[in-house]
Amino acid sequence: MEYFSLTAHEALRLLESGEVSSMALTESVLARIDAVEPTVQAYLTLDREGVLRQAEQADIARKKGQAGPLCGIPLAIKDAFCTTTMPTTCGSRMLEHFVAPYEATVVTKLAQAGSILLGKLAMDEFAMGSTSETCAFKVPHNPWKKGYVAGGSSGGSAAAVAADECFASLGSDTGGSIRQPASLCGTVGMKPTYGRVSRYGLVAFASSLDQVGPLTKDVRDCALMMNAICGYDPQDSTSIDQPVPDYRTSLQAGLKGVKIGIPREYFGQGLDPEVDQAVRQGMAMLKEAGAELIEVSLPHTDYCVAVFYLIAPAEASSNLACFDGVRYGFRDRSADSLIEMYNKTRSHGFGDEVKRRILIGTYALSSGYYDAFYKKASQVRTLIKEDFARVFTTCDLMVSPVCPTPAWKIGDMADDPLAKYLSDILTLSTNLAGVPGMSVPCGFSRDGLPIGMQLQAAHFNEDVLLRTAYNLEQRAGVVGKKPVIA
Amino acid sequence: MKITRDEVQHVAALARLDLNDAEVDRMTGQLNAILTYVAKLDELDTAGVVVTTHTQPMINAFREDEVRPSLPREQALANSPEQNGESFVVPRVIG
Repeated sequence: MEYFSLTAHEALRLLESGEVSSMALTESVLARIDAVEPTVQAYLTLDREGVLRQAEQADIARKKGQAGPLCGIPLAIKDAFCTTTMPTTCGSRMLEHFVAPYEATVVTKLAQAGSILLGKLAMDEFAMGSTSETCAFKVPHNPWKKGYVAGGSSGGSAAAVAADECFASLGSDTGGSIRQPASLCGTVGMKPTYGRVSRYGLVAFASSLDQVGPLTKDVRDCALMMNAICGYDPQDSTSIDQPVPDYRTSLQAGLKGVKIGIPREYFGQGLDPEVDQAVRQGMAMLKEAGAELIEVSLPHTDYCVAVFYLIAPAEASSNLACFDGVRYGFRDRSADSLIEMYNKTRSHGFGDEVKRRILIGTYALSSGYYDAFYKKASQVRTLIKEDFARVFTTCDLMVSPVCPTPAWKIGDMADDPLAKYLSDILTLSTNLAGVPGMSVPCGFSRDGLPIGMQLQAAHFNEDVLLRTAYNLEQRAGVVGKKPVIA
Repeated sequence: MKITRDEVQHVAALARLDLNDAEVDRMTGQLNAILTYVAKLDELDTAGVVVTTHTQPMINAFREDEVRPSLPREQALANSPEQNGESFVVPRVIG
């Protein structure tokens, strides 16, 4: 057994019993990265020296009896979180050499818990994409099949966990960017309730939708990571002051008395039969574990892609106005005037997908179109939110597929942005309603590609998601299955 | 046509983006496909429906207006493409 293939909680047990040092764990992970990274391409930055220094300090802290809950565990994070010790590119030329002057709250929290930061992971440029192909530097491959997408936008975060290149990672989820890559790479992924985790220091994409969350090897690790990152932060005015439970405590409770809604609209046209079958098998396992399954309806599901692809670009067009070549990031130096400098900087610094979304957003907010597009979308968002509120009066959570298909080939859909947007249909509503959502592995396709099940619950009910996910994991027989990386 | 070439160029100017002819053509086609799709929202009668801009029932996050340490100037300037130790330097604005 190689250390790198352990889960975080297994590694912690060995650290606690003194059977392994953080240094040994870290060296094992670094060797794993050397072996598979040429194929997987998950890391944009790897802080090799810093990592060994941190491991040494973690071992000292543990000897002194000062071990935090994640002491000595090597983790990695999406390159969208500000770090002061290494660059934060957000997958964009615009921020290629940017080193932030302050640290994201979640980065500080993970450090306070004692974990080790290995590096920064590949992502779609400014988190805009479903495949990580819009990343300006490298495109991560699905560890289960070379040449296939890892998903996005947190594709590097999912690929690195699935390939054992870190024990767990952080991603961000605006419309599925944690859950979809988790599903395509066979890891656990959680998008917490909007406001549950601080977004301070996360480069903003769409501020009313963005949320930070973990990607992990199993459900218990997800609970561990949630314990470390959740909680109120005065630096984030949208963070909510609610007590954080110990998410590990409810894992082993069975599902007796738990009512699970099956949203009819999530099993519609375009759903791959293998995904349908894997998710339905997962549902049968949940029933076996004691849950009651009922059919529910979210009648406005069909409108969520339209709503999302107006609201998210509108917010993005505003958030990305700060990239003008003045205070940080790339500047085109060939311009003679200020306006020309803005134009050239933004045109050369941003990639195509970012430009496309800035254009849609600017159009939707512009004079004469605001009511027809942005306001209309914000009204339909209310109807979607009300669908969820209504459903959660009749059940404790909902289960469904995460992505309509298993992973596809890199390059497919490259020239058809609308087709890509439509593949997000099952994950967007979670963000529009602000509720928590999760992806848990439930099976594989005939080609050996992972398939995830999505769980969604009412605001702040992450514990029922984790408890249900844990029960599924115990029965699905997917834990410990590892990709063979050539 | 939901959006014309001229409108794409106008929106690009508002967003401070230069698009070459080929980009304008491509974006016009793609934006038309997207805007035609999102027009499905018109199927819904939303008269009297309030807008959602925030999913949690919170209004404002106030704090005391106290003086606290802020980012030192040197650090604030450190990432600038051009600076003179005191301020950000940009191309001439007034001719």
